[in-house]
Amino acid sequence: MSRLIRMDGSGHTTLAEWTTDDPASVEAAVAAFRDELEQGAIAMVTRGPGHADHVRELPLDEQLVIVRRPIAGG
Amino acid sequence: MTATDASDGLLPELANVYWRPRMTPERLRRREQLWTLTTLAHVVPFVLIAIGMVLLSPLALPVSLAALAHAWLIPALYARRGATVTRALTPAAAAPERAALGLLGDLVDRDARELHARTGLVPEPGRLGTWLVGEVGALLVAGRRVSCWCVRATDPDGSRLPSGDRVAHLLLALRSDEEGFATVANLAFSGARWRVRRRLPKRQRAALDAVA
Repeated sequence: MSRLIRMDGSGHTTLAEWTTDDPASVEAAVAAFRDELEQGAIAMVTRGPGHADHVRELPLDEQLVIVRRPIAGG
Repeated sequence: MTATDASDGLLPELANVYWRPRMTPERLRRREQLWTLTTLAHVVPFVLIAIGMVLLSPLALPVSLAALAHAWLIPALYARRGATVTRALTPAAAAPERAALGLLGDLVDRDARELHARTGLVPEPGRLGTWLVGEVGALLVAGRRVSCWCVRATDPDGSRLPSGDRVAHLLLALRSDEEGFATVANLAFSGARWRVRRRLPKRQRAALDAVA
């Protein structure tokens, strides 16, 4: 089961869960993913220690996709 | 990189600071040298004044001591400003903090988790040096020098992120594009490690010692 989560005021919220053999869950996850990006969020996938990638489309084969807010110089 | 990855691998936030040249090891070295020159420009004149005053008249010793105090205090104030990038914000409620710490714990190894629990800073090795990531900024440790970067997750809807999430935001951005991260962040101070260490809260000095 793969998960799309968003870091937010609650710690994190699970936005969607999907398996590739369940088209309905994939469709819901893709819709939730696009909603977040349209609101200005940034999606990341961790690739082991020290590595993370920014993704613009939901990578269906990943176990965990994290949505974060933009950062800015303080 | 897979087909779903961003094509350029660059931090998306770079678009918000399009006028800044991308940070590179060479540019960082120049910024560090500029900070060294700035420190010297503050220290050397006051030291010369202090020496000159005493040579002119031993009665001018109080003025000389005041000049030396300026030579010490001005760089110390810069370092103090730099050290504030590691400060902790007021924590959120217990449940969100626990959830955020759980996620952050999944992103780092056991040693980093342990250091974060003790100091509030997460170590992250990079090509520019070793980073110590906090809630509202990061320290970049390279040899005997520390650069202090002010950067934070934005709160567009006004909701306050738990501390673990703040660190995780910066950590993920740093991991995806280190030089982009250093471009987006504001350099608050760069100087000798000992200067910054003195200005850090005691519990955070262990983090600096651990990666030095």
